[in-house]
Amino acid sequence: MSKRKPYTRELPTDWWMKQLFYTKYMLREGSSVLISIYSLILAWGVLRLSQGEVAFNGWLEALQNPFAILLHLIALVFALYHTITWFSLAPKAVDLWIKGKRLDDKVIISGHYAAFIVATVLCLLIITL
Amino acid sequence: MNQKIIEIDILRYRPEEDDHPFTQTFDVPYSADMSILEALQYIKDHLDSSISFRWSCRMAICGSCGLMVNGVPKLGCKAFLRDYFPKRISLEPLANFPIERDLVVVMDDFINKLEEIKPYIIPEKNEAGDKKCLSEGAYKQTPEQMEKYRQFSMCINCGLCYAACPQYALDKKFIGPAALTLLARYNRDNRDAGSAERMKIVNQEEGVWGCTFVGYCSVVCPKGVDPAAAIQLLKVESSKDYLIGMFKPE
Ligand code: SF4
Ligand code: FES
Repeated sequence: MSKRKPYTRELPTDWWMKQLFYTKYMLREGSSVLISIYSLILAWGVLRLSQGEVAFNGWLEALQNPFAILLHLIALVFALYHTITWFSLAPKAVDLWIKGKRLDDKVIISGHYAAFIVATVLCLLIITL
Repeated sequence: MNQKIIEIDILRYRPEEDDHPFTQTFDVPYSADMSILEALQYIKDHLDSSISFRWSCRMAICGSCGLMVNGVPKLGCKAFLRDYFPKRISLEPLANFPIERDLVVVMDDFINKLEEIKPYIIPEKNEAGDKKCLSEGAYKQTPEQMEKYRQFSMCINCGLCYAACPQYALDKKFIGPAALTLLARYNRDNRDAGSAERMKIVNQEEGVWGCTFVGYCSVVCPKGVDPAAAIQLLKVESSKDYLIGMFKPE
């Protein structure tokens, strides 16, 4: 008779706290919550804009609230964290070959940062001009 | 003689006696060039002959000796005491697999998944439905064509990437890193014509879309295979497949 009795270990609910790598991954994924909140506030602003000047000024005023400022700062930190970690992973999803050699990871990452800077400068120009 | 000692905790499980695994500690004479696998062999030879673990090649080729060293998936023969000493070392069987006995795990699910993805060259067929005859010559491949899949063919089926994958931990139906990488290896081979068959596996929820790009598989892989890259590249292929399918249904 077989004495086999394989034992299955339970996955602890805090598995992502036990390994720094997993915690960082969860932070990257968790950033989506703050970015969603940020987008909702922005969408709310667009709605208020369509309702006239008084409504839009009320929205602007609400943004001066220290709590709102704090929320935006945290969202900014998370967005930057997501961007940096995402860019560093980007080469894994790129399959560009030049003369029989895969394009170097550094080139792909720098390309992302270059595009990021160009887009940011363009946006700033549009907003401030 | 002043012999240095390193303490090694081993998670033990003896199915005929135990209902749950338990930890047993061993004192092993430390030397800088001793691997974890050699430490286990020392324990089996000198301290407790009942301890079970897998190994064969002792040189990171056979993929048998995977285990968790301080919670990180490692090959026992490629991890050394000097990287932990003087701290104690904890050894556990590979995570995300059922324990057969002590450090030995049940790998059936992993092996089945490797087989499922058709890990062999499926040659092109002519109009009559026959494959090329041997007399028509060999399938040619340039070094550049080989380079496209070479890295993904270096896998030794050790299973460390499955122990590192939280998506596999949460859903055992997920095909997982090594099997998807092996799939990519064949789909990227110019001698193979089986891509369409394999894309059916790739496109499933349990295929590449079960991956959330945690990326730890590529960190723990002892052979630099980079399964996370293979899966992301397959995601691109799967998206292309989907788009083409919208315009040109089979
Ligand atoms: S991809 Fe790497 S970690 Fe995964 S089974 Fe193959 S060699 Fe092991
Ligand atoms: S004993 Fe073969 S890989 Fe470690």
